Amino acid sequence: MVAVVLSVAAVVQTAVLSRIPFPGATPDLVLLVAVSIALVQGPTRGAAVCFSAGLLLDVVPPADGAVGRWALVMCVVGWFVGRASDAVEGSAWLPLLVVAGACAATLGGYAAVGWLIGDVRVTASVVGSALPAALLYDVLFSPFVVPPVMALARRFEVTATYARTVR
Amino acid sequence: MRDSRRTRSVLVVLVLVSLTLIAINGNSGPGRALRSGAGALFGPVQRVAASAFRPIHDFFGGIGKDTQAKLDALQRENDALRLAQRASQYAHCRAAELDALLHIAGLGQYTIKPAQVIAMGPSQSFAWTAEIDAGALDGLSVGMTVINGDGLVGRLKTVSRSTSTVLLTVDPSFNVGARVEGTLQLGYASGEGTDPMTVQMFSGQAILKPGNRVVTDTRAGSSFPGGIPLGTLVAVRGTVGSQTRYATLQPYVSFATLDLVGVIVQHPRTDPRDSVLPPRPTPGAAPSSPACGSPAAASVNSPAPAPTSSGAAGASTPPGAIASTVPGARSTVRPRATSRPTTSASPGR
Repeated sequence: MVAVVLSVAAVVQTAVLSRIPFPGATPDLVLLVAVSIALVQGPTRGAAVCFSAGLLLDVVPPADGAVGRWALVMCVVGWFVGRASDAVEGSAWLPLLVVAGACAATLGGYAAVGWLIGDVRVTASVVGSALPAALLYDVLFSPFVVPPVMALARRFEVTATYARTVR
Repeated sequence: MRDSRRTRSVLVVLVLVSLTLIAINGNSGPGRALRSGAGALFGPVQRVAASAFRPIHDFFGGIGKDTQAKLDALQRENDALRLAQRASQYAHCRAAELDALLHIAGLGQYTIKPAQVIAMGPSQSFAWTAEIDAGALDGLSVGMTVINGDGLVGRLKTVSRSTSTVLLTVDPSFNVGARVEGTLQLGYASGEGTDPMTVQMFSGQAILKPGNRVVTDTRAGSSFPGGIPLGTLVAVRGTVGSQTRYATLQPYVSFATLDLVGVIVQHPRTDPRDSVLPPRPTPGAAPSSPACGSPAAASVNSPAPAPTSSGAAGASTPPGAIASTVPGARSTVRPRATSRPTTSASPGR
């Protein structure tokens, strides 16, 4: 289920959103979806889901550079977001706030990891132009992505728990 | 509360796995195999998604960077006319793009395999890449050169079954041997991400001027075929005689609206030198319309060949050119396609 949702998000992000020339960056649909799931499922599964989403971003073409960079940053972010899952329950605005913070942390973390492993492509001018643009698009997209994905994840979790109880 | 010790150990394991993946480096061995496998898996789906959403891309691609200019022009038309016109315009644009690609391949004697861009790498990933819908099944292999009707696009970095990833020339890890048009001055051009490219000359004595045009060159020690147009120098840094000479290079290719490309599967037997470069722009010629997002395809709006030699006639707008009524819509004037009916027969000029 999670794998299907993440794969669809990855295809939409690479083959549809990336081809629309948003100035500066592309909205991180996969990141938004993964973080929303983490927000429902808690730290353990959140870290795992975000790790898988990051690995997807690392390998689905046209990705380039060291595999594992998105995975590293996103599993840490997913863990922290998962820890916030109890606190945001029942609120409409808190999830969006957490997601915005998670996006900022992920984008910044990815640039930082690139800089640490000596990627020549991480330059100040790109960081200055791509990161704010990406964050802006993520925040603008989040009201349309986060609530539906959270509802879907919650519903799935309820069904799974019910199945476990019945068994 | 959830078992925090277990969650912490899960996090530690995942972090360690990521670090291991980073350490073994994605561009060799297991990383390449992973990418290639992901390409085989996701490539066909991405192809379908890209073609299904092509009208959306066409809409934005048509607007390109000159959003305001295009919107201003469109406001002057009524809705029905606008719709009808856009439909035919994009057909023309695509035809013109293919036309330009075949033209450049013919001039340089490059044997190409045409392909369509289906995905672009996001710039927050710090990799300037594009995915095309041709792969190993089409006879492509890693390292091949990719061009379009305007010039050099990049080279193949990863090839999977039916799709490949192109490293674009603007990627900061991209280097290509370069030569200044009409001279023997060699150097190499490298990408700068969102900024224009940089050319570093081998000789400190190199004489460079803004407006000089640059092509690829095999003697500068790169695997690219010679003669592919790279771009125009826009600024020169340093002085003659200094240790190294740098210049800023504005690439011909518009990467934001990249669509149809050609992969060079066979190099030309002889270096085409400068013959692939577009004819020099004539001062005072009508500015090309940015309607197609790519300057090469702009001429489709002017069915009759626009006068390119006469400076006075250039002030008048070609019939049907929508956005050329907006002053300063595009600074680089490249009326290649407008003059093609008369000049393309003689590649050597």
